[in-house]
Amino acid sequence: MSAGGKNYNKDYYGGALMILLGGSAAYAAQSYNIGSLAHMGPGYFPFAVGILLALTGVLIALNAKKTGPGDEAALVGHKHEIPDFRGAACIILGTIAFYFCGEYLGLLPATFAIVFICALGDRSNSVMACFVLAMSMMIVAVVIFWWALQVQMPLVRWGM
Amino acid sequence: MGQALQDLWYGFGIAFQGHNLMWSFFGVLVGNLIGVLPGMGALSAISILLPLTYTMHPVPAILMLAGIFYGSQYGGAIGAILLNLPSHPPHAVTCLDGYPMTKKGKGGTALGITMICSFFAASVGIIVMIFASPLLTTIAFKFGPAELFSIMLLGLLAGSTMSRGSPLKGVAMTLFGLLCGIVGTDVNSGTFRFAFDIPDLSDGLEMVAVAMGLFGIADFLLNVNKMKAITSNTKMRIRDMRPSMAELKEAFWPMVRGTAVGTLFGAMPGTGPTITTFIAYALEQKVAKDPSRFGTGMIAGVAAPEASAHSKTQVDFIPTMSLGIPGDAVMALLLGALLIQGIQPGPQLITEHPDIFWGLIASFWIGNVILMILNVPLIGVWVKMLAVPYKYLFPSAMFFIAVGVFTTQNSLFHIWEVLAFGIIGAVLMVLDFSVAPIMLGFVLGPMMEENFRRALLLSRGDMMVFMQRPISATFVCISLFLLAAVTWSAWRKRSGVSKVAQAIAQETSDAGVVVAK
Repeated sequence: MSAGGKNYNKDYYGGALMILLGGSAAYAAQSYNIGSLAHMGPGYFPFAVGILLALTGVLIALNAKKTGPGDEAALVGHKHEIPDFRGAACIILGTIAFYFCGEYLGLLPATFAIVFICALGDRSNSVMACFVLAMSMMIVAVVIFWWALQVQMPLVRWGM
Repeated sequence: MGQALQDLWYGFGIAFQGHNLMWSFFGVLVGNLIGVLPGMGALSAISILLPLTYTMHPVPAILMLAGIFYGSQYGGAIGAILLNLPSHPPHAVTCLDGYPMTKKGKGGTALGITMICSFFAASVGIIVMIFASPLLTTIAFKFGPAELFSIMLLGLLAGSTMSRGSPLKGVAMTLFGLLCGIVGTDVNSGTFRFAFDIPDLSDGLEMVAVAMGLFGIADFLLNVNKMKAITSNTKMRIRDMRPSMAELKEAFWPMVRGTAVGTLFGAMPGTGPTITTFIAYALEQKVAKDPSRFGTGMIAGVAAPEASAHSKTQVDFIPTMSLGIPGDAVMALLLGALLIQGIQPGPQLITEHPDIFWGLIASFWIGNVILMILNVPLIGVWVKMLAVPYKYLFPSAMFFIAVGVFTTQNSLFHIWEVLAFGIIGAVLMVLDFSVAPIMLGFVLGPMMEENFRRALLLSRGDMMVFMQRPISATFVCISLFLLAAVTWSAWRKRSGVSKVAQAIAQETSDAGVVVAK
């Protein structure tokens, strides 16, 4: 990332996101009975926090204009770019696969699924390497989690 | 004084009995091993091994559980420093500077500093526990809802201005964390809030899932295919974990200050260890000559929070044991273990079961020594973990996260939570937000709302209640002062020092390139 121009955009997006989050939280909180200061309902605190968050969002967006290029980047130090698509997609898919395999097939298939799919996300990994890694993690799963820690998930099951 | 020493001597006698010592050692070892696994904190370690104690004699049982507790706490610091995976939320702060240190190849030093700090802080905590219990208990009784709310307000403000980047964004993240903390059933009215009609959310979001998502998965999402190994410096030996004299000097005052913060907060029931570490870190940042260097691998940023966490932990046993009020979930579990053994914690515990109370205190000391001895050889093993190429490390870590999150409640639903927070964390980090304050807001949110409502109920809606009570007013004033200082420095920064800022930007991006290589 080079130009400060991008930081402007980032703060606009960031501010907008906060306004959206705070606004919708406050909106949702209105349906929970707000009550009065002396007798607060369940909606009072979320409503107040939501409004504050939206206000902060406005301030962030306003500040984006005033901050000179480079200033913000200097303070944040470690900057993050848009994630690598293949890697991120594989990590997300692997986690989802863990859920479904864990629910319907048991610990071993779930272990294999998450490790194998996540490993495929790294462009330098071969399919064979992913397979070996997933296999060795299955051994870890059996020894540490199933045998030693007695995790409450059967190794293999079928259906519910 | 003399009486206390005599009692302590008696306690050492108990703790040194063969089988007690053995169980204590076993607890520390197992706790340490489990604590290192991402996602498995003290809470999961104790809950897994709790059934084992049902058949045991109460003294070894409680000694073992306490051993697991601080063993896993130390293990959690290892995960936070070396892998940026806080398995126990208080370590989220340690990640901020510990992980950059690892990236610089100084992971061994960071672990060494942590070890020294935790030992020092635990020792101070133990001494305080022995001599100051009665005093601390009287102070703790003075804390009403107004005081608790004000101290949390201060903690939140200190925590959010501590985050790097603009304080505004830190405040925004804290508020977002507060909203996350609201999810679930409202304790007063039973209303479902922000639960999207999902019954699994009625108990609120799982703390471990939020932490692992924000710090673990989010980090993997951003770094995949961009990082080869966490550190290129693979030639780390035991010698490297011994910090140099200069580094020790750098760590000394932060360590003392962190210990003081932890001791102070330990006595107040309801203030968990997370807020303690955040305040210790924020304090270091305020004291430091050059606050902007925090987050790039400052020793003080590791020493202070770790010291505060460990002294807080020790002192936390005072309200747990003498009042029967647990400071956090782990203490509640230990309390439960005592109750299972048929022992009622409370003021009479010390007189009725001196073997447990003093044996426990003595075993803390012994346990911390065991922890030190154990970790000197083990540290080489932990550090080796870093030499594992990233392409093997992150899929394995994903598996540990998934299983760890599952075991917290034996519910696969938490997998969705950890994934959601991973994605949220990644999006926020791309937008230059720092995610650590979310954790603080999330942990404090429910307590803060509770005390806010209670305080205003008692005062019949009069906001002045926070200013009328002296302790509360002090905290509110410090908060206001903090707010003013931050606003002023931000305003000043905007109107003149951008050259300096650019120089820093240049430096950090250079450093970033070096690390990436």
